[in-house]
Amino acid sequence: MTLKGIPASEGIGLGRAIVIRESDSEISNTQVTDINTELDRFLAAVERAKEEIKEIKETAQRNLGEKNAMIFDAHLLILEDPELFNMVKENISKGMNAESALDESAKFFETILSSLEDEYMRERANDIRDVTSRVIKILSHKEEIDLKSIPSCSIAVARELTPSQTAQMDKQNVRGFVTEKGGKTSHTAIIARTYEIPAVVGIGDITSVVRDGDFLIIDGNDGTVYVNPDESIIREYEKRLEEETRKKEELRKFLQIEARTQDGRRIKLVANIAHVDETDVALKNGAEGVGLFRTEFLFMDRTEPPSEEEQFQAYKTVLEKMGERPVIIRTLDIGGDKSIPYLNIPKEENPFLGCRAIRLCLAQQDLFKVQLRALLRASVYGNLKIMFPMISCIDEIIQTKEIMKEVKTELDKEDVKYSEDFEIGIMVETPAAAIISDMLAEEVDFFSIGSNDLIQYTLVIDRTNDKVSYLYNPLHPAVLRLIKLTVDNAHKKGIEVGVCGEIASDLNMVPILIGLGVDELSVSPSKVLNVKKKIFETNSEKEKMTIQKLVGTM
Amino acid sequence: MLEVKIVLKNQTGLHARPASILVTEAGKFKSDIYILKDGREINAKSILGVLSMGARKGDEITIKISGEDEEQALSRLTELLENFEE
Repeated sequence: MTLKGIPASEGIGLGRAIVIRESDSEISNTQVTDINTELDRFLAAVERAKEEIKEIKETAQRNLGEKNAMIFDAHLLILEDPELFNMVKENISKGMNAESALDESAKFFETILSSLEDEYMRERANDIRDVTSRVIKILSHKEEIDLKSIPSCSIAVARELTPSQTAQMDKQNVRGFVTEKGGKTSHTAIIARTYEIPAVVGIGDITSVVRDGDFLIIDGNDGTVYVNPDESIIREYEKRLEEETRKKEELRKFLQIEARTQDGRRIKLVANIAHVDETDVALKNGAEGVGLFRTEFLFMDRTEPPSEEEQFQAYKTVLEKMGERPVIIRTLDIGGDKSIPYLNIPKEENPFLGCRAIRLCLAQQDLFKVQLRALLRASVYGNLKIMFPMISCIDEIIQTKEIMKEVKTELDKEDVKYSEDFEIGIMVETPAAAIISDMLAEEVDFFSIGSNDLIQYTLVIDRTNDKVSYLYNPLHPAVLRLIKLTVDNAHKKGIEVGVCGEIASDLNMVPILIGLGVDELSVSPSKVLNVKKKIFETNSEKEKMTIQKLVGTM
Repeated sequence: MLEVKIVLKNQTGLHARPASILVTEAGKFKSDIYILKDGREINAKSILGVLSMGARKGDEITIKISGEDEEQALSRLTELLENFEE
């Protein structure tokens, strides 16, 4: 059988399926007469659950950091909750067994919390469900798969992998992840890329199709999953895996050298990251720095914005890991297709043309200032550059600089140190910014072209819309002209231009971008060496001639 | 028994982190600690109780403490509630 999903982490994996199921625990509701014994049974199960949670929490702290471990503190608090306990006790005294006594009490609080108009409360309702189902599982002796001793050459199959599950797994033994839910930026996808484990996500009902022990091949490059394939397909993929490993080995010779074109032009090659842990993958693949740290991921999948301290720690960690290498951190880019429930952004008719990115930050300055404070505090730990997204007019930069000044004055008053000479730059991702790039270049120290949005806004195409996505064309002369205009204007003012959109990782586009005069390419960490090889094979003078043909006379 | 009225000043009220910090701190004392709001009385050592109270910025709550370490508890908890940082 062949299935198709979303490729979330590159590479080919062959192995035996381990299906991680959520148990649908049917709750028994036998009447009890010995109330004290039932109470003891309940208390023992709570103790056992606490131990389990503490263990998961410790592993999570080690592997995923403090932030991801915090949720387990909430779980522990619920288990120790006196009001919940009293209610369970009352229910047991009425003759309910421990399972249904807990279930009833949990439902009471779940109902109150989920009725409150508040995302945070609804999340806590989920926590209650999570914790109580753990206790009920213990009470009814339902065992879970022991993820710590997952056998070697396994492929983990699940509806969705939770942080507590991935934290426990021995990643050495995992050859791949396949999940029903999730997208390219879901928890599973990021963990997979961090550990360079192939992953395919978003495959409908994989957990009901695949059984434990089935032989799976997953192709994280195109999203294909084979279940118990023929011998011939296995042979073919074994060969491809060997080939991949060999190519990877071959690319390693590019690891230590700086990227240059065939004719000697130096191109800076840096990495895009969305997660602190991805810094390690970037370094391992020889990135010269971080060309884009997407900070919005610090704000996602949670119920309140990260505190200044938490953001500071994240930025500091990345900067310290990178040492003297430059790190471009982009301020919050939210809105458009990326929404955050707790920010209470009103629904818009046209989110991509609405209050997103810098516009949102200028509208919600408290949020923006916290991020700027964290960034400035982190600036002394490395080579920080701050970048602002979705700029479409000069005034936005002037306002942003004003706010930055206010933040600096605050920090001065508090006697907090920050670097005096970090650079600031902007994303050029609106046609307006490209067209006035000569004016914008007066105001900032660098440009980075966000090709995904620039193409979509220039060609007026929503590329997630199947009916028009065929029109999405990075080689459209309008797009190329805007990039060239931006590069030429920047160079006239003596500032550099990078490209951090998907086209920078596209091997067919790399020569074009070099021909357009781009100084820096920022690519996904796993693509760094591939792109570097391509740069060495590219002749920049020859490409310039090609570009002239493509864009005509401007 | 000690009693004090407090108006919540922090942005999120008794939600999220402030709620869990309060409950953790309350749990460190031997005294019985209750919070009153709109006629409802809940145990301050219960995260579910505190959360389901839904106290927001500007709400007035009353804290009632009785027990051997009531004075220390009162000063610690009022200090906490007055100085919550977001």
